Amino acid sequence: MTSTRSATLFAFALLAPALIYISIIVAYPLFDTVVLSFTNAQLRPTYDWVGWANYQRIFGAGNFTEIIIRTLVWTFFSVSIKMIIGMCGAVLLNAAIPGQTVFRVLTMPPWIVPMAIGIYMWAWMYNGNFGMISGLLQNFGITNGPVAWLAYGHTAFWATIVTDVWIGVPMVTIYFLAAMQSIPKDLHEAAWTDGAGRLYRFRRITLPLMLPAIITMSLLSLIATFNSFDIIYILTNGGPSGQTTTMIIDTYKTAMGSRKYGEGAARAVVICIFVSIFCLVYFRAVRRLGQGEAK
Amino acid sequence: MIDRYQWYEVVALYAGIAVFLFFVLAPFIEGFLVSLKPLAQLFSTPYSFIPKNGSFDAYFNMWNSVPLLGLYIFNSFFISTIVTLIVVAVVVPAAYAFARFNFAGAGLLLGMFLAVNMFSGAVLLIPLFRLMRGLGLLNTYFAMIVPGAAFLIPSSIWLLRTYMLRIPRELDEAAWVDGASRLYTLRRVILPLAMPGIVVVAIMTFIGAYAQQFIFALTFNSKSEFMPLPVGLFAFFGKQEVQWNELMAASFVGILPVMVVIVFLQRYLVAGLTAGAVKQ
Repeated sequence: MTSTRSATLFAFALLAPALIYISIIVAYPLFDTVVLSFTNAQLRPTYDWVGWANYQRIFGAGNFTEIIIRTLVWTFFSVSIKMIIGMCGAVLLNAAIPGQTVFRVLTMPPWIVPMAIGIYMWAWMYNGNFGMISGLLQNFGITNGPVAWLAYGHTAFWATIVTDVWIGVPMVTIYFLAAMQSIPKDLHEAAWTDGAGRLYRFRRITLPLMLPAIITMSLLSLIATFNSFDIIYILTNGGPSGQTTTMIIDTYKTAMGSRKYGEGAARAVVICIFVSIFCLVYFRAVRRLGQGEAK
Repeated sequence: MIDRYQWYEVVALYAGIAVFLFFVLAPFIEGFLVSLKPLAQLFSTPYSFIPKNGSFDAYFNMWNSVPLLGLYIFNSFFISTIVTLIVVAVVVPAAYAFARFNFAGAGLLLGMFLAVNMFSGAVLLIPLFRLMRGLGLLNTYFAMIVPGAAFLIPSSIWLLRTYMLRIPRELDEAAWVDGASRLYTLRRVILPLAMPGIVVVAIMTFIGAYAQQFIFALTFNSKSEFMPLPVGLFAFFGKQEVQWNELMAASFVGILPVMVVIVFLQRYLVAGLTAGAVKQ
């Protein structure tokens, strides 16, 4: 390349719009969240510095730890189930049978459709008296009366997980399918000549070679699920009696519902700390996997 | 294929796919059937899966129940389109910079963009709300467009960069040797070659913009004339009972623009996704 300095200048000129945009809309708000978390900001324009008071209050209140644990449990189950169903889906869609292309296209709707609209559909499915799930269970005589899935804490908790899984599965399936197809065919052929069965080949060839894809997808999905807002907000709004309240919902209610910006910001900072930890793990995993490939 | 499927394996595969697709499509099937049922039938027992005297009445009545429905659908479409234009305009030069120039701090910046991806708009809602209020953008289209685009830029940079890395570097260098300026090279050599990648980024951004409209609209906008469909649908939740059949009908009509885009560009999308995914 000609003069390095002018090349660097050119590169930064190309980057400038993106950098400025992200600095104003993401980096500054991130900084502002931290600053606000040490103030008693509310709806009125003036506010004071209060030090660690917000943090003491939220951790002193008792239910915050409970919310953190619930969020982690919610995320863990949602991500694990997504990975398992996504892997099953990828295996099924990878099979060389007629109709393959149509099946692959039919997998995509939950991912393409605006999230909120899919969630409204689930809201009806969960309707206790007239929704499809309760209705079919009654018609087949599996349950005696209607089951209002969203009315009880434990069923509502799982109902929101099922919907989150439903939204996430297409992405995971397509990603796993792509990873599966990038595995060299001759590996399978060689194993087949040696008499290895289908299940054995899946366990000893497909699964190990897909490990990088599985780890990447799990971490990306972990972050997306942890940050999930729409599903719980629309289906249960955190209820009944707070039993589906995750950290995001809790932060939203504190900040936007009660207009306690300072306290809300302190909660958001705790979320950011969790997300940062996930990020670190993700970056390390990416680097590790990259090195593994280089060998 | 190396080994043929036995007949029982084929049966198992189709059964598995049927179960899988049922899980994926059940809400749509049910939603569609609900949109055909009269409201009275929805709230009667025993539950019937198939509508009796089904009609498309809801598809006509919904425009009267929610007079602004057409505007909501237009708003969603409009917001997504502008977001897509902004993202493409910002991302194309940035992706080219990352794909071609080894300047100091490139890796760090790329990592930072990846990190931005991890923070959702929901976490930054309070300062974003203050920022939008400060800029006087609350209750305008911009309140949904500006933050919406920001959270879609990073992943698009990564996707397009991966795509551009596969365009041979020799092409740029040949153009430079011939005396073309850098900007000219980008416009006349790289842009046409990167077009399929840019199309994929545009579709993904459009879908993403359509999908994420809920929280920003809920928080930054209270004017129904600017409301996008996802929040606008709340209008069907009446005082007494939810008009589910019309809500579902409106959902299907609202999905239509995205579906049309997808059906036409499906092949690009799958190819682009596969390329990006495998590269990672």
